[in-house]
Amino acid sequence: MGSAAILTLEHVSKTYLTGEVPVRALVDTSLEVHAGELLAIMGSSGSGKSTLMNLLGCLDRPSEGRYLLDGRDVSRMSRSELAVVRNRLIGFVFQSFQLLPRTSAVENVELPLLYRALGSSERRRRALQALARVGLAERAGHHPSQLSGGQQQRVAIARALVGEPKVVLADEPTGNLDSVTSVEVMALLQQLVGDGMTVVLVTHEHDIAAFASRVVTIKDGRVVSDLRQTPVPAVPHPTSAVGGTLAATGAP
Amino acid sequence: MSPLSVLRVALRALVRNKMRAGLTTLGVVIGVGAVVAMVAIGEGAKAQVQKAFESMGTDLIVVLPGSQSFGGMQGGFGSGQTLTWDDLRAIQTELSAVRGAAPQLRHNTPVLGDGNNWATQVFGTTADFHAVRNWAVELGRPLQAPDVDGAAKVAVLGRTVAEQLWGEPTRAIGEVLRIKGVPYEVVGVLTPKGQSPMGQDYDDTVLVPAKTFMTKVQGGIKQHIPGSILIAAKDGRDSARTAQQVTALLRDRHKVPDGEPDDFQIRNLAEMANAQQQGTQTLTMLLMAIAAVSLLVGGIGIMNIMLVSVTERTREIGVRMAVGARPIDVLLQFLVESLTLAVIGGAIGVGLGVGGAALLTANFGWPTVVRPDVIALAVGFSGVVGVAFGIYPARKAAALDPIQALRYE
Repeated sequence: MGSAAILTLEHVSKTYLTGEVPVRALVDTSLEVHAGELLAIMGSSGSGKSTLMNLLGCLDRPSEGRYLLDGRDVSRMSRSELAVVRNRLIGFVFQSFQLLPRTSAVENVELPLLYRALGSSERRRRALQALARVGLAERAGHHPSQLSGGQQQRVAIARALVGEPKVVLADEPTGNLDSVTSVEVMALLQQLVGDGMTVVLVTHEHDIAAFASRVVTIKDGRVVSDLRQTPVPAVPHPTSAVGGTLAATGAP
Repeated sequence: MSPLSVLRVALRALVRNKMRAGLTTLGVVIGVGAVVAMVAIGEGAKAQVQKAFESMGTDLIVVLPGSQSFGGMQGGFGSGQTLTWDDLRAIQTELSAVRGAAPQLRHNTPVLGDGNNWATQVFGTTADFHAVRNWAVELGRPLQAPDVDGAAKVAVLGRTVAEQLWGEPTRAIGEVLRIKGVPYEVVGVLTPKGQSPMGQDYDDTVLVPAKTFMTKVQGGIKQHIPGSILIAAKDGRDSARTAQQVTALLRDRHKVPDGEPDDFQIRNLAEMANAQQQGTQTLTMLLMAIAAVSLLVGGIGIMNIMLVSVTERTREIGVRMAVGARPIDVLLQFLVESLTLAVIGGAIGVGLGVGGAALLTANFGWPTVVRPDVIALAVGFSGVVGVAFGIYPARKAAALDPIQALRYE
């Protein structure tokens, strides 16, 4: 921690012009996220945390201000350029997993690599490696419908990792999971940070935010608090597959 | 995204909905199948007509004598005798566009030989006939100039006549053929020529020297030709130009004043062939139009299903965009999908069309010609249909906002 900022928002505002009255979802927000942080963004629904997440993930562009991602200004890029940035620098984890149905786990994990100039055997090799990293190597051929919710989210995390991005953005990653599985997923995210990855997660649960090293709270489109904390280590249930993997890989 | 991966993704999406993909392609299958089968039938008919006219000789012009009135009754063409032997010689020697000319005196009569009889057409002509009609002998020898000048009693048989009287054409050579009681020596048998476009058997004929014909078969006034003149246009020359030359020459020789109608009639076989060709061409065009309409309907079917597919897979599109698919990647993915649908439909359609044409030929004896360029055109056109009707759904997919798409229920 304390290293260079990997995500920098400079006076960013986002205004939606959907109805007659413009909606200011994010107001003059500045934020720096450093490499190796596990940042939790908290806020109630409608607070602007989803807007912030979409901007950080280059799924949307700010109305005002600048956004630097890994030193590059991405705030005025075209849709195509943003797609390339997402592909290279960002990994997404969603609340509802967003795996392609009727498509095997390994093929789901391969998806980001499909949009890179990689041979099919190299894609398969890296996808299997990413699956092994989340402890699902044996489930490579399973379809999402054959996997539990926790397993599906781990496949999604593998998909976020496979392209070796600079940052993983997780939008309520535990929102659809029970508490035991939630801890598993959080342990996995902590492990990623331990391996040098930067993780930003959105949550409204304090239990989950406790696993983060920094908590930013937003309200009405503004940052109202920004606290650093000592993260609670996520210890998976002894019977959990993740725990076994962690032990096996000897992760710190 | 590499072209191979795009194709693989498209194929997988189609395989996932086999039934739907199959039903969607049906429109294109039927459209292309109809095009291929229809064109095969049209081309077959065209080829048959062409073959028939070729056997007749498309470079031929027939000059018939004009009509004559008897006491106020106008006879048909050929009823008068306006063509003379001098006209024939003038046509042979004076016209640049003429390859050859021969008289054709015709009489239908029974002939006898080897104890059998057979009603046939006897032609009185000259040795030039073989060259003009492009019709050589298969056995023996053709009519020759001395036969004609000396009014020799010799005959050259069409193959049908030889077979009907002697069974074997080879047995006819040197035998005696009787026409109206007069004996002729059979000197040759013509090569078989088949049927005319009207279904008449060319080989059911007997050739005798014109001079002999006029004295022994059917008489006439000495200097007139009691029949028609057959003219062959010079190789590569337009038969219409030859006809013009002949008309000008005959009007001049017969001293027909300007403005008066010809006292003879010219039949240009190439023109008749063209008229026939145009008939089949119109038919082919009509069939093509019907096929084009069915392809259009097939294309609309593809567009419909692709729109459904884009809506169904909105979330998938969102995920793909989130992990780095550019709008162009999404566009190509859907475009390749509709293109694949259409081309597979086209390929199946070609198979069906070719099979259908073969079936028609086998069961009904319809002549069909499957042209490879038509197949290529049909498949190419179905590809065009795939792209043309796939571009709108594909653009719709590419224009989706990833945030909205991911939230789509």
